[in-house]
Amino acid sequence: MKSRILSRIFTTDHRQLGILYLCLALAAAIVGTVLSLMMRIHRVWPNMMVPGVGLVKPENYLAMVTMHGTLMVFFVLLIAPQAGFANLVLPEQIGARRMAFPRINAASFWISVVAFLVLISGAHIKGGSAISGWSSYPPLSALPAAGPGQGLGMDLWLISIGIFCVASWLSAVNMLATILGERRAGMTWSRLPMTVWGWLVTSILSLLIFAVLLAAAVLLFSDRHFGSSFFIPVGDMIDGRVVGHGDGSPLLWLHLFWFFGHPGTYLAVLPGMGLATSLFANFTRRRVAGYRVMAGGLVAIGGLGLLVWGHHMFVSGMNPWAGTAFALTTMAIAVPSTIEVIGWLATLWGGGFRLKTPMLFALGFLSFFIVGGLSGPILAQPALDAYLHNTFFVVAHFHMVMGLAGVFTVFAGVYYWFPLMTGRMMNETLGKLHFWISLIGAYGTFFPMYFAGLAGEPRHYDRLAGPATSFPSLVPLERGITYSAGLLAGAQLLFLWNVFVSARRGMVAEPNPWQASTLEWANGAAYGRIESGPYEYELPAGAEGFHPQWEPAAKEE
Amino acid sequence: MPATFTRNPVEIERKDPGTGGKPPLDRRPTGGGGEGDNWGDHPEGHHGPRELLIRYRLGVIFALAGDLMFFVALVSAFFVRQSTGHFDVHDNFINDWRPLAVPTILWLNTAVLLLSGVTMELARRHLFREVDVMDEWLGLGRPAVKRAAPWLAATLVLGLAFLAGQWIAWEQLVHEGYRFMSNDPSSHFFYLITGIHGLHLIFGIFALIGALIGLFTLKKVEYRQVAVDCTAWYWHTMSLFWVFLFVLLEFFQ
Repeated sequence: MKSRILSRIFTTDHRQLGILYLCLALAAAIVGTVLSLMMRIHRVWPNMMVPGVGLVKPENYLAMVTMHGTLMVFFVLLIAPQAGFANLVLPEQIGARRMAFPRINAASFWISVVAFLVLISGAHIKGGSAISGWSSYPPLSALPAAGPGQGLGMDLWLISIGIFCVASWLSAVNMLATILGERRAGMTWSRLPMTVWGWLVTSILSLLIFAVLLAAAVLLFSDRHFGSSFFIPVGDMIDGRVVGHGDGSPLLWLHLFWFFGHPGTYLAVLPGMGLATSLFANFTRRRVAGYRVMAGGLVAIGGLGLLVWGHHMFVSGMNPWAGTAFALTTMAIAVPSTIEVIGWLATLWGGGFRLKTPMLFALGFLSFFIVGGLSGPILAQPALDAYLHNTFFVVAHFHMVMGLAGVFTVFAGVYYWFPLMTGRMMNETLGKLHFWISLIGAYGTFFPMYFAGLAGEPRHYDRLAGPATSFPSLVPLERGITYSAGLLAGAQLLFLWNVFVSARRGMVAEPNPWQASTLEWANGAAYGRIESGPYEYELPAGAEGFHPQWEPAAKEE
Repeated sequence: MPATFTRNPVEIERKDPGTGGKPPLDRRPTGGGGEGDNWGDHPEGHHGPRELLIRYRLGVIFALAGDLMFFVALVSAFFVRQSTGHFDVHDNFINDWRPLAVPTILWLNTAVLLLSGVTMELARRHLFREVDVMDEWLGLGRPAVKRAAPWLAATLVLGLAFLAGQWIAWEQLVHEGYRFMSNDPSSHFFYLITGIHGLHLIFGIFALIGALIGLFTLKKVEYRQVAVDCTAWYWHTMSLFWVFLFVLLEFFQ
């Protein structure tokens, strides 16, 4: 009896693990959203008492910024699109029965949970959580005396991130071994659903980058506790006293962190891009335009993504020629991204639109990807970035492409695969309402930030008062952003209601409710060798219906 | 595909079940289940004779790829730190890297580790000798295990000797005044690099012990092969990393 309960909690079934991962991401997203609302309220009404915190001091604000970024990037965007959805459907999508290493998969989940708990515990200790931002630059992050929360809070942050790196590494090993080794006979590379291509590139990137972050975290921990000076420069002073004892380089941290951090952002969006391709094909009943080019685009984005990290460091004091090199690679990455967008538009053009909720969210993703992505080449120019670095322009850019585009693909995935998770459909009306309010709230929150950034408003400042006179004129803009943020957050309550009520009392789903052609919808049909592509929505000679991937290829002439 | 004759309506209506013209599995006299049959429903390890081994090797190799990136990060930090400095008031570039003289016992340790690689490979190959594997598979004793186990034990002993040698090197450095907590970046890196490598080797020791136990307790010869083979891949990789790290510490300061 006891071992049955334990084996149900520590399950190795990948679908249940996928649901568990999505629950973890949801928990992190709720905390992260609450933090962001507290930040927005404080920016506009600085003297308001925030429930649970009281008067928000500048260091509290910075702690909120740090925790918001860390939770949202690591525990939402680096979990839900990859481990969450891949565990849900990857084995089925390639015709396998289960993952290559189910127990490593399960271990990876529980290790992620430990990382989450360690991170959250930072808020409850004396001194509070770290305040050095999600990118944790030294020397602020390397010296416990540098600020409140930089003692034990920073240590907990580092330990949490280190544990998360181990979990991601294990998860990537499992996913790669599954995709490379467990595909069914006939499931060739050009018959893979685009989501699997996304997970393939993501897994390879994960393998390469999380180890570098772990190394950086180890070095930073050593600087903090073992008297080394990898990152602390000589003569660094706190309160008039010299701290640090060697000739370290904060720039070294930036290189190591952003070597992880930039491909990390692609980890957040690549699976969603693959999902968007799948959804566009499914809901327009068209084949994917230029399948090989689209898959190649995902690989190119992943590969080039490893070469662009310096664009976070244009103003860091690194060699300007290096800046030029990184600017070139960054602008180069706009090419495969544009190819992806054109591919999506080509798939959509002239298709018979079925505007169900997953499709709406995929279209929303496309709009955010374009709007946010277009600001990328602007930031890629060192000359422009010299002005725009660390302003709200950057905040708008990454929230659009990662926060909004990425999260909309997570929503799309949840609505799409809900019948697989629970056997029921989510409420379509509530879904559409959730979409439209979120879309309006999202644009209302993040689009004006471009203008705030162009006006020079800096990041990480807890309020706009001060000697600069242009900022008071931004307060109405900030107020509008705060109201929109409240609307956006409120719309998510609709989503949560929909998820939890539909799971119990939603309409029972028919076997293949979206008439999809990919293998996860085979619903237990026994099938042998794979003989057709994943998106055969257009039958020859305009025949009705579609050709699911689990059915053998048509033999008639 | 051009048709040379029109098909009989009966043939067109019959749906192709995808079994290649053979009857369905439950109507086969010998049960079917060979190459290319019933792909979805095999218990693990039956896609082919080496499916399990290939899967585990893939896993180990991917895990080691990630680990390689960890060492790459440390090595690049090493090079950056070597050349980091600052400008003093007279605009002189001051760099505080004092190259550390690596204790000579490290040469002996390297030799011991390479020797352990040889014994590991001998152990691994014994577990793949076709005649012995066939005997084990048929249940006629465990000749492969009997041949491989001593070599595996030898690898374990040599690995422990390497770790002991590393510890002696550390003691020597402390004796000379280079502690980890001192202000010297090159000694920091020495301890860091040898320490991280040593930690990985300790994991390898546990893997060796696990493989040794598994040789005698695992029920199937395929599982025993996987245990030793994956340990061997890991061990060889750590030896290779050590060679690079040792060359780095010895010649690139």
